[in-house]
Amino acid sequence: MFKYLKQLTSLVAMVAVLFTFTTESMAAKKSKTLKNTQKKGFVRCGVSQGLPGFSNADAAGNWTGVDVDVCRAVAAAVLGDANKVKFTPLSAKERFTALTSGEIDILSRNTTWTLSRDADIGLTFVGVNFYDGQGFMVRKSSGITSTGQFKDGISACTNIGTTTELNMRDFFNSKGIKYEPVAFEKADEVVAAYDAGRCDTYTTDKSGLAAQRTKMKNPDEHIVLPETISKEPLGPVVRQGDSVWEDIVRWSLNTMIEAEEYGITSANADMMKTSDNPAIKRLVGAEGELGAAFGLDNDWSLRIIKQVGNYGESYKRNIADTGILPDRGPNQLWTKGGILYVPPAR
Amino acid sequence: MNLKLKDIVPQLITVMAVVLIFGFFTYNAQINMENRGIDFGYGFLSQESSFDVQFSLIEYDGSHSYFRAYLVGLLNTILVSVIGIIIATILGVIVGVARLSPNYLINKFAAFYVEFFRNIPLLLQIFFWYFAALRALPLPQDAEAIFGVFFLTIKGLYVPAFIWQNFSIFFYSIVAAVIAIIVIRIHAKKVQENQGKQIPVFFISLGLIFILPLLSFLIGGVRLSFEVPVLKQLATTSFIYEGGVSLPPELIALTLSLSLYTATFIAECVRAGIQGVGKGQKEAAASIGLTPNQVLKLVIMPQALRIIIPPTTNQYLNLTKNSSLAAAIAYPDLVLVFAGTALMQTGKAIEIVSITMFTYLTLSISISILMNWYNKRIAIQEK
Repeated sequence: MFKYLKQLTSLVAMVAVLFTFTTESMAAKKSKTLKNTQKKGFVRCGVSQGLPGFSNADAAGNWTGVDVDVCRAVAAAVLGDANKVKFTPLSAKERFTALTSGEIDILSRNTTWTLSRDADIGLTFVGVNFYDGQGFMVRKSSGITSTGQFKDGISACTNIGTTTELNMRDFFNSKGIKYEPVAFEKADEVVAAYDAGRCDTYTTDKSGLAAQRTKMKNPDEHIVLPETISKEPLGPVVRQGDSVWEDIVRWSLNTMIEAEEYGITSANADMMKTSDNPAIKRLVGAEGELGAAFGLDNDWSLRIIKQVGNYGESYKRNIADTGILPDRGPNQLWTKGGILYVPPAR
Repeated sequence: MNLKLKDIVPQLITVMAVVLIFGFFTYNAQINMENRGIDFGYGFLSQESSFDVQFSLIEYDGSHSYFRAYLVGLLNTILVSVIGIIIATILGVIVGVARLSPNYLINKFAAFYVEFFRNIPLLLQIFFWYFAALRALPLPQDAEAIFGVFFLTIKGLYVPAFIWQNFSIFFYSIVAAVIAIIVIRIHAKKVQENQGKQIPVFFISLGLIFILPLLSFLIGGVRLSFEVPVLKQLATTSFIYEGGVSLPPELIALTLSLSLYTATFIAECVRAGIQGVGKGQKEAAASIGLTPNQVLKLVIMPQALRIIIPPTTNQYLNLTKNSSLAAAIAYPDLVLVFAGTALMQTGKAIEIVSITMFTYLTLSISISILMNWYNKRIAIQEK
């Protein structure tokens, strides 16, 4: 009797296993992260501890910013709702550990794409959502208008654990200037110390300078110097080893940029289904089977555009209209003189 | 035989359980790291660090190795701990004694200080001293000279640098003075034991430690001059002092907050120690004709110290470990430089965190051993 019972249970188990295998798509089966995300019902996203324009929480705890929008786009694609994101604020020091240890599934936190980070520490960069470069901020009253006026003994406030620290050294070394680096763990302390007069200059990515300037006691007293001393392509990062998840994040970002290229906005996305342009039709899910490759339905990209908007909308809402960087500079589409150029969605 | 087995088995099981648990975690970490493509290894320590550090006791810049950066952080941690322990001890003893003072004002002031500083979280105090100091201190160009040579500014405390000639002779003169004092003390003890005669050791010592180094100046050819910091303009409103030695405000704020915080606990240890010695001891000592000074030195203190030392050791350990809060205010200690910047640049989380933990463990155990040795020395010697 017991013998049969045992066989029966193993049979039931096998059928159940087979059943789950057949109902799940191949992609979802391959991607542990996608499966876990769908099971949990929210995307786990690592963001900054507060950088206006990129990832910043308001008094009610709502996160906004271009980095935040990448995670929202993924949530819209994978879960159908851009609000199903759990944000985890991380310091520069914690961010990679949080990602590699599996605490978060996307790191979208103004993180510079470099060779060593991409190759070394179990991370994969999926693209660039903001082209940036390191700059310097000084007090207007100092009379400094260019980095050429820096002299020996200058003190520079910055964050630890960033490419900023390394670029700063390269810059001052190449100019032969002796400097005093004052490196803090959190951005708020950097700003407070610089604002108090501890340092002559504050250095970080230019977008960061522009954003932090709005937090100063008197923003008009400070200027960002024109020189850019480094390339800082900022973009979302995922864990190495889950290529389906990597593709989903990459193409969620690409969809936002390509939607802008084709003039698809959150307002007109539904109407674009009847467009004559096959490229547009593919982007809004009216043609082709693009979603199937990730194990998603065909409306995944339409949901991104409708719920989050295209890249231009996100930039305008978060960075331009807030007065941080009204000029898009290199972050303009390649068709309009910028360097935003993404592979075609087809 | 049976009894022996009963004794051994539980211990064996415990050891095996501990080994298994550690083995499980190590194995898990290995698998996880392999899955995520993270290499394990300490080879990075010899690589070029390529980041600079604000304040270092040894020569260092970004062209040195990560190991050197580790040493920079370690020395900075030791520096702030040693200064902190010295100041906290002096302040703690003074406040502890003051709490027992019959003077109402002194007594209450000491009590207020203890209750105030030990009941506010240390991190807040560090932020307070750092940012309060930054707000309150003048810019370099507005700073008033203290004694004409010290400048306390928002960018740090600038003090004159000593420029020595024939420093080694001066150094040896001090060594000679210390040796002479030790010899005299031993001799004085013998004289007292044999003849009951007392030699004024204290004044002789004081004289020696002044006169010998002084002689090195007069006849040894030692010269000392000072390099006074000079104001230098970097830009219209940006100034700095050049020359001399500069102590960054981060170091000052951290030392101050650590000392003020820990001193409250040491003060309570001292109070407990003194109150723990019976009143009869003091009266008995006085009745056999000891001077008040001798009563304190020969009767009260040796007994009080036995009570004071063990809990004070805890406070020294706390101070050393609390110094890791330095990262919050940019003082480049071990945590900021090594477990912060170096960890981020290399991504070697497990390696660096384990080295850092091991380093703190070693530091703490060293302090423990030193204090336990001292404790043993002053403990009652049963004959």
